[in-house]
Amino acid sequence: MAYTIEARGLRKAFGDTRVLDGLDLQVQRGEVFALLGPNGAGKTTTVRILSTLLAPDHGTARVAGHDVVREAKAVRSAISLTAQEAAVDGLLTGAENLRMMARLRRVKDKRRVDALLEQFDLTDAANRRVETYSGGMRRRLDLAMSLIAHPQVIFLDEPTTGLDPRSRNAVWDAVKALADGGTTILLTTQYLEEADRLADRIAVLAQGQIAALGTADELKARIGRETVELFFDDEETANAATAVLGGLKLPVDGAEDVRRILDDLADRGLPATRIALHKPTLDEVFLALT
Amino acid sequence: MTDSLIFIGRSLRHSVRSVDALLTAIFLPVGIMLMFVYVFGGAIDTSGRYVDYVVPGIIVLCVGFGSAGTAVAVAMDMTNGVIDRFRTLPISSAAVLTGHVAASVARNVVSALLVLGVALLAGFRPTTEPLNWLAAAGILLAVMVAISWIAASFGLLVKNVEAANAITFVAAFAPYVSSAFVVPDTMPDGLAWVAENQPVTPIADTLRALMLDTPVGNDWILALAWCAAGIVIGRTAAAYLFRRR
Repeated sequence: MAYTIEARGLRKAFGDTRVLDGLDLQVQRGEVFALLGPNGAGKTTTVRILSTLLAPDHGTARVAGHDVVREAKAVRSAISLTAQEAAVDGLLTGAENLRMMARLRRVKDKRRVDALLEQFDLTDAANRRVETYSGGMRRRLDLAMSLIAHPQVIFLDEPTTGLDPRSRNAVWDAVKALADGGTTILLTTQYLEEADRLADRIAVLAQGQIAALGTADELKARIGRETVELFFDDEETANAATAVLGGLKLPVDGAEDVRRILDDLADRGLPATRIALHKPTLDEVFLALT
Repeated sequence: MTDSLIFIGRSLRHSVRSVDALLTAIFLPVGIMLMFVYVFGGAIDTSGRYVDYVVPGIIVLCVGFGSAGTAVAVAMDMTNGVIDRFRTLPISSAAVLTGHVAASVARNVVSALLVLGVALLAGFRPTTEPLNWLAAAGILLAVMVAISWIAASFGLLVKNVEAANAITFVAAFAPYVSSAFVVPDTMPDGLAWVAENQPVTPIADTLRALMLDTPVGNDWILALAWCAAGIVIGRTAAAYLFRRR
């Protein structure tokens, strides 16, 4: 089947620094795909190549059915980029920024600008120059500008880095709404929680290659089992249980395991009053895979 | 075309809103003109009234000053993330630069008119022959377009705002080593050679001859040739540099 984003063997070096080293990527239509990795892993370079800003040294990439190098203009008609740095015009007002993008994208609907201002909580600041905006407001405007023409594919490069919780939630809500509307989204992030919450599939990027790929659950399953945490009524019992089990947080493999531990404790007269099950966090996945 | 108009509108808005840059671009040339007419003018002998001699050169100087603003505006755009947004649009890459150049020419026209107005108050007595004025306006426009494209490509080349400002030095000093303020004959040999062979001299001479209705000679061909070369080189370099980045 044809993928909406498909990259094969992408390589890119800046001087002696090899940033991408044979990256392969397939993203399906309507999918939210997260590229997860630390600084310098090649996330931004990947996005810049896929959004026609940078030509790869080797390899090919197609977005929305067009080659990003040879058919850049066709790709640009289908995509929208929200780069790491807010791409807004500081000397124009928020409304002027949006109107400019609407005209450049040939958006005829006059209400679209107002609707986006409303959606991103910028109506009150619409007629203020963007240079007076806070970081979060700039970021929200930035995203609004990206959405003006209902692009088929959206690239979001670290969309919430440095945002306050309110702005971050606004971005997350917007991404979810877009995903529900069938837009294909490729986002990069350093935040595992973000990838976990938003993405259908996650690729862990390390040293310019995909180190691991799958759903959040699949990635977690690859490294780990769950942990059960035990709680007791009083410290004395807790200490006794610790002596028996060697700790109060134990790796377990399914419900049977949990019951065995609880039964064992009850037999010894050390009944647990409460338990908590912990799934491995993506942070643990991340550290294990890279 | 639509895209170019959108970017021209954007750059014009920028021009009007960058108040300090605008004031510098407009009032500095007026100040320099007044200085030459009233401070240095008495000591400079150009066989004729100095104000008549110097005003055409001042107008060229003020176009040069204006170019610094253009280089800075382009460099600022390039260092701001907004340029990546424009570059991922399905539009001609030249549209952004066309916007900068058009706004630059517009700023130049305003400051040239202002200089001319103040010059008239200061005693400048040019010809009233409309054809001469039309020709002078044409040449001046060519100079503005050429310098603006060169400034735009310089802004693309240097990549940062401070360095972009450096073009001010070239643009502000080039007219001094030309026939704009003094007759090149009065300079030492080497300098006189530079003055006689650099673009500002035929341009200033042509403008002066047209404004004062004296014989133009062949200088206008040289002036237009320099402008054409500037436009071609500036545009080509700008297009290349814009794509490269």
